[in-house]
Amino acid sequence: MKKAYVRPLDIRRGQVDLGHGAGGKASAQLIEELFLPALDNPFLRAGDDAAVLPFGMPRALSSTTAEAPAGDLVTACDGHVVSPIFFPGGDLGCLAVHGTVNDVAMLGAWPLYLTASFILEEGFALADLQRIVQSMGHAAREAGVPVVAGDTKVVERGKGDGVFISTCGIGWRPAGLRIDGRQARVGDAILLSGPIGDHGVAVLSTRESLAFETTLESDTAALHTLVQAMLAVAADGIHVLRDPTRGGLATTLNEIARQSAVGMRIREAAIPVRPEVEAACELLGLDPLYVANEGKLIAICAADVADGVLAAMRAHPLGREAAHIGWVIEDAHRFVQMDTRFSGRRVVDWLSGEQLPRIC
Amino acid sequence: MKYIDEFRDGRLAQHLGERIAAEVQPAHHYRLMEFCGGHTHAIARYGVIDLLPANVRMIHGPGCPVCVLPIGRVDMAIELALEHGVILCTYGDTLRVPASAEMSLMKAKARGGDIRMVYSAADALDLARRHPERQVVFFAIGFETTTPPTALVLRQAAREALPNFSVMCNHVLTPPAIRAILDGAAAEETAEIEGFVGPAHVSIVIGSDPYARFAREYRKPVVIAGFEPLDVLQAILMLVRQINEGRAEVENEFTRAVTPQGNPAAQAVMAEVFTLRDSFEWRGLGSVPRSALRIRDEYAHFDAEQRFHLGYRSVPDHKACECGAILRGVKEPRDCRIFGTVCTPENPVGSCMVSSEGSCAAYYSYGRFRDLPVVAA
Repeated sequence: MKKAYVRPLDIRRGQVDLGHGAGGKASAQLIEELFLPALDNPFLRAGDDAAVLPFGMPRALSSTTAEAPAGDLVTACDGHVVSPIFFPGGDLGCLAVHGTVNDVAMLGAWPLYLTASFILEEGFALADLQRIVQSMGHAAREAGVPVVAGDTKVVERGKGDGVFISTCGIGWRPAGLRIDGRQARVGDAILLSGPIGDHGVAVLSTRESLAFETTLESDTAALHTLVQAMLAVAADGIHVLRDPTRGGLATTLNEIARQSAVGMRIREAAIPVRPEVEAACELLGLDPLYVANEGKLIAICAADVADGVLAAMRAHPLGREAAHIGWVIEDAHRFVQMDTRFSGRRVVDWLSGEQLPRIC
Repeated sequence: MKYIDEFRDGRLAQHLGERIAAEVQPAHHYRLMEFCGGHTHAIARYGVIDLLPANVRMIHGPGCPVCVLPIGRVDMAIELALEHGVILCTYGDTLRVPASAEMSLMKAKARGGDIRMVYSAADALDLARRHPERQVVFFAIGFETTTPPTALVLRQAAREALPNFSVMCNHVLTPPAIRAILDGAAAEETAEIEGFVGPAHVSIVIGSDPYARFAREYRKPVVIAGFEPLDVLQAILMLVRQINEGRAEVENEFTRAVTPQGNPAAQAVMAEVFTLRDSFEWRGLGSVPRSALRIRDEYAHFDAEQRFHLGYRSVPDHKACECGAILRGVKEPRDCRIFGTVCTPENPVGSCMVSSEGSCAAYYSYGRFRDLPVVAA
């Protein structure tokens, strides 16, 4: 095997293409070669979807030696540009809440506050805007995480796609918890909270060029209560949590494998996929492993707590169909491998660019 | 999805694998080609190779639509999008095929080209109806599978006398490509193949009869197989048996969909709208006579090559790229100097790295670990 080599970004002549936003290798490369060098700091370098910040009054301002609270701030931000804006099971508004709440929760933190910034295109219907914002309010109340500050900008017609929403979330994490993408260890169990691909297929089903009828709904949901239920049974044994959004399960496992410098071996037969999702993917030439989710999480935990954590997940409404899908293994190449239902074996690679249907 | 799961049953697969292992002659090396990218994809995605004995080697054929599309044709599409300002519609994978000057349709889109991915030719026609102020071109690619839908929209556009719709036709034919591989083997330009896993969807359209001459004249067995992994294994077993018994026949594993004569309605509409090109350049195979279709003169008004006066310029592949040799079956992806280093699915240098049906991409995405020591699970 030759040494892995990634051709560097061509900054002089290159242009942003849709692959840079698809959450796969091209996205990772854009971050590593363009954003990180310019903004470099230990928080960004950790490479998670949220950052853990030291908490307490800046030393320059503190006159007393008051004891710092036992815990850390966790913050995340997320931009939301889904098309169509309304899809079965959700819309841009609740997605903007859930996405950021989940990014904060995936470091083991309890989300406290959100802020939201809206970029609106001239001509966008107020009724649609109201529907989105009301949905956001509903999702925020349901999650118990209020939107405490916001901003609105309007761009000229043709310079935006209706509405873009950016949200930022802040949460609190008790001291001593170490959950992030670098903590996966050889021998750990890989758990998945439920069937994959629901969100991506629900959104695709309403795309103008593709409309097909399905009873399938997006799985969009805030996962922090599920995380708390899991932490309650095994706070120390849970090493990594991550929600497999863009790029799907496959890309998320690859991200973690790279961050933790390990390999993974998963079993295709153990991965839950709804028959509707499997059928739609079959028809469209897509692989459910790469389809986005908005209400699922991957948990990587010590083998001795795996059964307990799995039971806690299954006892929670958002983890009823949770499954143990594989193990973390030693592999200098950091491959994610899969035993196929067909008794063969293959690599499950990163998504490259956008997932495009095959022609044959 | 019950009907699909039946064709992906792991226990049946084990059983078939054992049958093949029991029937192969240990001293014989079986060199079989799966012509279609759909088969290549199934073999890689389901790990079919793991179930085969070491002396059965699958050679990946050129039946991957985007793999055989030469650079010059993609350049023409980019010219349409960037210089003629048309709405260019095409099927998914095509967007990433490398063109000249490090371009691709995906990059042309980032440069402002109005390039849209469609799921069917009918979507392109619909775009033309909804945008009467714009020229809409359907960049049609593929084998006999995707040709009838293109023929149908051309006929429909003619009926509606749509002034703003045209097709850039790149449709290619399967039997001439198989013939090119067999003839090339005689000149040692292509791999020596003992038998073919015959196309699935293509054969639904053209039937199993067109392969008879390969069995008769070239003495090569052909087993037409569906795209599910069990289909492929069953076809391999049938090929092994033919080779062992010295037979060379066309057999049909895919009887649930393929008949000897194929689909006469599809063939009729293809014949009405298209005619043979004298010659067409294939990536890997070079110019192959009478191997592709062009739009008939009666429909010339809807031929984008004529409407926009496009000229074809043949462009050589990247010097280090072995796509050509891989498509001819004489090399494997790992024999290529730039495989997995300079050429990856993110930055494909050759077209075989673009589609998951291409041998390089299938091998890179699903099979890289085979070169590595096995790790304990």
